[in-house]
Amino acid sequence: MSTLKPSLGPRDHLRGELSRPIHLVEFGDFECPFCGQAQIVVHALERALGDQLCVGFRNFPIVGAHPHAQLAAEAAEAAGAQGRYWQMHELLFENQHALEIPHLDLYAEQVGLDMRRFAADLDDHRHLEKIRSDLHSGAISGVAGTPTFFINGIRHEGPFDFDSLLAAMTLAARFPRAG
Amino acid sequence: MELSSILQPGARAPEFALKTTPDQKLALSDFRGKPVVLAFYPADWSPVCSDQMAVYSQIIDEFRRHGAQLLGISCDGVWCHLAFARDRKLAFPLLSDFEPKGDVARSYGCYDDAAGVCGRALFVIDGAGKVAWSYLAPVGINPGADGILAALEDLSESSSRPRPQQGDRS
Repeated sequence: MSTLKPSLGPRDHLRGELSRPIHLVEFGDFECPFCGQAQIVVHALERALGDQLCVGFRNFPIVGAHPHAQLAAEAAEAAGAQGRYWQMHELLFENQHALEIPHLDLYAEQVGLDMRRFAADLDDHRHLEKIRSDLHSGAISGVAGTPTFFINGIRHEGPFDFDSLLAAMTLAARFPRAG
Repeated sequence: MELSSILQPGARAPEFALKTTPDQKLALSDFRGKPVVLAFYPADWSPVCSDQMAVYSQIIDEFRRHGAQLLGISCDGVWCHLAFARDRKLAFPLLSDFEPKGDVARSYGCYDDAAGVCGRALFVIDGAGKVAWSYLAPVGINPGADGILAALEDLSESSSRPRPQQGDRS
């Protein structure tokens, strides 16, 4: 059984408080079409579970398949450094086909970032270490492609449609979290 | 093919020499002295195998950190391997267990006779050529790399006890 290492914590990007009973962690890649589809499912799960659910996201860009994925992840982290992580995250997934630098600049403007700081962050790869640390976490946790979901610390096997994830989460809520 | 049929820890890893390109072979003994990870998989291009190999390639430094060499093995031919590796930009060799078909997979106990492909089996082989860890994934399940990396971690720890190693080769 593959488990999440390290557990979801304050260093992660979170929607909802860590004290909530169900933790859903996604390892994702902004250029991966399956991750794009999964966004719709994750939002629907949040609506269904309300304050029961805490959602976390870790980067797992697969650059062999997705050449823009790493810089997109850096852009999301750079937005996070300015308190706008989720706004950028949403924009990137809504525009997976347009992830060149001029596009990233456009999204950064849309979410209201300090553009000089954003450009410097990307130029100097200031958030690469965070992405590498997410990749390491994915490697030792058994990430098997993107997206890979962990529900209360246990890798979700099988499909990631709404019903499958909801069933797994409902079951997981009955037991203590594994990580 | 059952879980118990694949080679277990402690067994001597059978030697092999398989083509990795149309005119180049790699043998297990080429890597003697360093850990080798064998990732048997059913087929180039299939969705689960593609994801598995793409993930291993993305995290190749995790293997190199332990001085380990990763080798993918399936029954696909070398030209198929070349196209697959190029398309997915894989950072490790793919070996072709093509003729006699599945012979190496059979010697590791992970050939799926009914389907005519390699089972999705993982082996960590130590520098002395012994199986240190093995795992056969259930059909359709991508095992990821957590088990492999934990086994390599154990190997690094046990080999560093009598004679500490200063940094791993990559």
